[in-house]
Amino acid sequence: MSVLLEIEDLWVEVEGREVLKGISLKIPVGETHVIFGRNGSGKTSLLMTIMGFPTYKVKYGKIYFKGEDITDLPPYERAKRGIGIMFQRPPTIKGVKLRDILKLCAKENNVKIEELARSFNFETFLEREVNKGFSGGEIKKSELLQLLVQNPDLVLLDEPESGVDVENLNLIGQMIKKLLQKDTPHKPRTKSGLIITHTGFILQHVAADLGYVIMEGEIYCTGNPIEIFEGIQKVGYEGCKNCLKRLA
Amino acid sequence: MAEDKLLKEFKSAKEGNIPKDLSELSEEEKERLRFLGLDSSLKREGEYVQIDAKPVVCRKQVEGLEILPITEALKKYDWLSDYYWKLLSPEKDEFTKATAEDLDDGYFIRALPGYKIVYPVQTCLYIRTEKVAQKVHNIVIVEEGAELNLITSCSVHPHVESAFHIGVSEFFVKKRAKLTFSMLHVWGDQTIVRPRTGVLVEEEGSYISTYVSLYPVKDIQTSPVCRLVGEGAKASFASIIANQPGSKIDIGGEVWLEAPNTRTEIISRTVVYGGENIARGKIVAKAPKVKGHLECQGLMLSDEGIMRAIPQLDSYFYDVELTHEAAVGKIAKEEVEYLMARGLSEDEATSLIVKGFLTVKVEGIPPTLQKQIDKVLETAKLGF
Repeated sequence: MSVLLEIEDLWVEVEGREVLKGISLKIPVGETHVIFGRNGSGKTSLLMTIMGFPTYKVKYGKIYFKGEDITDLPPYERAKRGIGIMFQRPPTIKGVKLRDILKLCAKENNVKIEELARSFNFETFLEREVNKGFSGGEIKKSELLQLLVQNPDLVLLDEPESGVDVENLNLIGQMIKKLLQKDTPHKPRTKSGLIITHTGFILQHVAADLGYVIMEGEIYCTGNPIEIFEGIQKVGYEGCKNCLKRLA
Repeated sequence: MAEDKLLKEFKSAKEGNIPKDLSELSEEEKERLRFLGLDSSLKREGEYVQIDAKPVVCRKQVEGLEILPITEALKKYDWLSDYYWKLLSPEKDEFTKATAEDLDDGYFIRALPGYKIVYPVQTCLYIRTEKVAQKVHNIVIVEEGAELNLITSCSVHPHVESAFHIGVSEFFVKKRAKLTFSMLHVWGDQTIVRPRTGVLVEEEGSYISTYVSLYPVKDIQTSPVCRLVGEGAKASFASIIANQPGSKIDIGGEVWLEAPNTRTEIISRTVVYGGENIARGKIVAKAPKVKGHLECQGLMLSDEGIMRAIPQLDSYFYDVELTHEAAVGKIAKEEVEYLMARGLSEDEATSLIVKGFLTVKVEGIPPTLQKQIDKVLETAKLGF
């Protein structure tokens, strides 16, 4: 199976502080990988670096997407090539409506914005200033709707379940399933995902192929995501430190 | 240059190169006027176009509306002397004085009592000749219970390098009447503009002013004074400005709340690419139980420009509610990055953020006017 994203020995700094220390991973086309780790372990930094935000300075290593070295490309070039990210705390942009952004996300994709929004009970938000006064769940819906319209090949999701009430968790799960083509299991998948989760919620909705534990900027462990999650639940991240499966 | 010397370099608009009608204008000029709203595909209740010193179009489509060149109106109606130079004094400054001494016409527009003129009336004061000073005097009267939506699009010939426009305007909004006045201007980068505006609003009347200037201009200085003299009257001013390098724009708005239960809102949104911008706003409470809010926001896109926000609130009574907020800053990096992650280049992202920042929804403005303002915003290049 061909590789969509490949990261090679990636070292990253934010304002002079090392946040990633030699991360390497490969995501094949159609696979979804999950990242576990404590707050401040470097999970978000990894996603932000893959998207190319300038605050995250690559000191060493390479990022390849569809075989191309994208390490020095700005975020919009990466977006054009098929990478999409869901923001944890997206900014409000004065005077810019959700519909305006969706139209830009759509570009040449022939997406029926109205219809898509309606299918997730979100059409009344189209005319609202993006993210302004949105609740936790509404932010997630808005972000996922933007990604659905953008239709990226690699989806980066940072804690998609955080701040979402129980009622909406299921809907968020459905949206992620659609985004990763997990709603049509009989068809060959072209979409891949890299998802940060604290609660493991996503594992109930999306069959993930591989899990990682990141600690102090390094990948400590790689394996079956459900087994890893159960292990963390039992022994905590302290247990990971002592685990024999730790990568050499 | 000192203000009193500014005018001396310009010749009279009466010496202008004035065509008989609009068909004599070049394609380029017609295109500019179409962009400003003189477009046959847009529904208008009336039109007034003046080129240099001469009115070339003056027509109305509906009953209850009068449109005349001011010189004709002054001859036709003796009573107009009760309105002419009543809100402004010719002695106010050298520009009002020059207009009183040598008038280059202007428009008289009146909505008769009870008539609600739904679609806009369009006026255009156009300078076609190089080095001309156009000095106009406009009077608008919206009689009791009437409604009028006025769009004024002032501009210069695309190839005129240097011009001067003085517009003396006196607006009267009678009891329960409503006037919306929207100015969409495309001046030249060597045009000097000195509007002098006075507005009087009676009981339960309402005045809504929107000023949009997104293109280069050399120098604008204006500070309309609006008096709310009848109980329950209201006024709102919005200015939407892109201050380009080399432009000096000093725009104020002064509202006097002179009767109980009057209220006002003055909003300004300015993007500074360069040049100098002064956003003034002043609310004076001269009666109890009044409300006023001033909002002044500036977005700096360069270190080459200067922005000054000068809000002022004066109260002569204790039972009033006057507030202001002012903020000047840069575009937030997070907003640019957010949009870049959605596939927009830095320039496209900036342009969208600026457009959003300048999108002010003015309460009470009719959809047709809002559409036209949105179109101007859409067309203007607002990136770097």
